[in-house]
Amino acid sequence: MANSASPEDNIVSISNLSFSRGPRKIFDAVSLEIQRGKVTAIMGPSGTGKTTLLKLIGGQLAPDRGQIHVDGQNVHRLKTRELYELRKRMGMLFQSGALLTDMSVYDNVAFPMREHTHLPESMIRTLVLMKLHAVGLRGARHLMPNELSGGMARRVALARAIALDPLMIMYDEPFTGQDPISKGALVHLIKSLNTTLGLTSIIVSHDVQETAAIADYIYVLSGGKIIGQGTPQELQQSDSEWVQQFMHGDADGPVHFHYSAPDYLDDLLASK
Amino acid sequence: MFQFLQNLGKTTRSSFAKLGRASFFLSHTLTGISDVVPRPNLLIKQVYSVGVLSFLIITISGLFVGMVLGLQGFNILSDFGAEESLGVMVAASLVRELGPVVSALLFAGRAGSALTAEIGLMKATEQLSGMEMMAVDPIKRIISPRFLAGFLSMPLLAALFSAIGIMGGHLVGVGMLGVDDGAFWAQMQASIDFQEDIINGVIKSVVFGFVVSWIALFEGYDAIPTSEGVSRATTRTVVNSAFSVLALDFILTALMFGDI
Repeated sequence: MANSASPEDNIVSISNLSFSRGPRKIFDAVSLEIQRGKVTAIMGPSGTGKTTLLKLIGGQLAPDRGQIHVDGQNVHRLKTRELYELRKRMGMLFQSGALLTDMSVYDNVAFPMREHTHLPESMIRTLVLMKLHAVGLRGARHLMPNELSGGMARRVALARAIALDPLMIMYDEPFTGQDPISKGALVHLIKSLNTTLGLTSIIVSHDVQETAAIADYIYVLSGGKIIGQGTPQELQQSDSEWVQQFMHGDADGPVHFHYSAPDYLDDLLASK
Repeated sequence: MFQFLQNLGKTTRSSFAKLGRASFFLSHTLTGISDVVPRPNLLIKQVYSVGVLSFLIITISGLFVGMVLGLQGFNILSDFGAEESLGVMVAASLVRELGPVVSALLFAGRAGSALTAEIGLMKATEQLSGMEMMAVDPIKRIISPRFLAGFLSMPLLAALFSAIGIMGGHLVGVGMLGVDDGAFWAQMQASIDFQEDIINGVIKSVVFGFVVSWIALFEGYDAIPTSEGVSRATTRTVVNSAFSVLALDFILTALMFGDI
């Protein structure tokens, strides 16, 4: 699968990545590959640095050690100008949507086009309507971000992320805090955009059901290391107890229900 | 003792680190101004929200400060039979000191705090980060137009403050207390020097506009992206701006008028 693919097939390849925040090690020599044209998911419990990984790929953070290549370029060796050029080919969907609150839905989607192209307004209008139609929100173009529901905001952000026809899109927790209908809509959108636009998608998530439904390949991260990888089917049958606990959402297992604490009885009977 | 030294070292180090970040931020902002020039719409929008929306507070405060000056000045000057000089006193104190200083303090409270909160919240809601990932430099796109707007608005607001203040002084002195109208204006014209008073006052307000905009925008950009962080940053903007304006006013006054 992904690891056996030839290097040209990988749009992102991460080798030996280490990163720490203060004394906390977030990644410890992580290596992974993301294949072109596929939906790859990076999963793991909250606080394992999944969002940090996306920021490292996007060049917003620099690793302590290791390399990240995106589309053949070493992200952290690029000059600012080159990095910005590369970012035009990456879309990113933030957890909060990160829409510009002082602009309407229409202007938000038009924003990257107006900043980076010299297209006439009439053509921008056509493109914006096409992008909004793709996410089903052509009728909401006059609304302001504060008038949108969470699910709609995320879809607008998705329309904006595909505004410049990027090579790949990174989704940061796309399903978190969404109602079942919005979740369903997003699952469908991510999959269909990936096929119709010929994108590569990277999904960072801890929603097992939704992610497993659309991912071609999954990496499971925990404690700064990759502890499991494979297709959703392979992971379901993984013999690692940890992966089993994560995929099935068991309360207790290798990851304990209780945060580490002194003995319960001693703690209760202690005078102070 | 050891603890004290450790804390002292920590504070010093973090203040210098912050100063370094602020300087880097400023140079980045200034280089971004060249990108604002071809896009006047960005600037006009900010001049409106930073400058035009401060009109009301500047006008009303200027009027009252001028009226108080007229009243107090009359009381003192009439003891010496010099109430004809009221115009000079009101105009000189406004143009040299109160105009630039008070309007800078009001500007920090009205526009500076709003800028900090706006930028801080944009950071907290990942709008700045989102822009970076869209390959748009947030400093050039968001910060530079606001900085330029603040820098341009401040001297104009200070001039407005002084003009309205003089009218306030006239209203009280001439209108209510009976100072001679002709003497009020004639003495003012004879004594207020263009270079010495007006230009120096404008230089002060230009400096204050630069410093207050810098502080407000940097505090927002450097804010910890939480509700508490943004609220603290807003407070710091007002406190640090007030402190810097008053300290700089002393330094500038000493350089311009004093023989220190």
